[in-house]
Amino acid sequence: MPQARNRTLTLLTTLACLLAAGPGRADDDRAAARVPLHPAYKQECAACHLAYPPGMLPAASWRRLMDNLPRHFGTDASLDAATLAQLNGWLAAHAGTYKKVVRDPSPPPQDRITRAAWFVREHNEVRAATWALPAIKSAAHCAACHTHADQGEFRERDIRIPR
Amino acid sequence: MTIVRTTYRTTHPITHRTSHRPTARALLASASLLSALTAGAATPADLLAGYTAQAGAPAQAARGQAFFNSRHGKDWTCASCHGAVPTQAGKHASTGKPITALAPAFNPERFSDPAKVEKWFRRNCNDVADRACTPAEKADVMAWLISLRP
Repeated sequence: MPQARNRTLTLLTTLACLLAAGPGRADDDRAAARVPLHPAYKQECAACHLAYPPGMLPAASWRRLMDNLPRHFGTDASLDAATLAQLNGWLAAHAGTYKKVVRDPSPPPQDRITRAAWFVREHNEVRAATWALPAIKSAAHCAACHTHADQGEFRERDIRIPR
Repeated sequence: MTIVRTTYRTTHPITHRTSHRPTARALLASASLLSALTAGAATPADLLAGYTAQAGAPAQAARGQAFFNSRHGKDWTCASCHGAVPTQAGKHASTGKPITALAPAFNPERFSDPAKVEKWFRRNCNDVADRACTPAEKADVMAWLISLRP
């Protein structure tokens, strides 16, 4: 009898969680992903890497990154003052909106998305040999596996790991 | 008609300096580069002419190819991201992101916006050589890239 009650309780809790999560999944970031990318952000930043969704880093990280563009992870990504000011405003407005960042808005080590605790957790099943594949090479190369990364979508079902 | 042209010729400040032809040409080319910069549109040939004028000597495509494929004190060469012969897409050396072909005959978007060209020379020369490239180096590389034909 207590076992049956336990099971009912578990069922009810699960149901409550599902309802609370709404029609999507618990980590529905579609609203954050829908933020249209600033044209200058696409042009300047996406020339070398994916236009990383601004919501994936807290505002403090974006500020530091933008203050140090001439020394941007080993490369010169410097911008003219006008573009820099435009992008700073836009990034500040859209920073930290992904649910995982809302939950833990602390800046990741070196302000790298790939060093955030949630990122490491989500990728812990990816083996070193997979990361080293010529078609992937870097955790910064989201689009190598996340086929809709350029639209800010990182759902499990869109993942295709290259061979 | 003829009178108008003659008047223009005799009063034009640059054509007066017949003894400083190269300087005059350089000035004219720099001026056209400057106006192209403000206008925001140019052809690869315009840009090559501008850099050649700044360099004060003819560009050499072979020297440009060598520059493009050699290291200049740092880990990367231009070819690290653009490929040894940039007639097809390259790949960013650290992020893996595809980079479209650099040779203008294979990608008409290339070398059409002087401000963009200057921005990328600034960034990439810092990454490859840890300094700004000289006008002669830019002219050489441009001459080589323009010489690549399908």
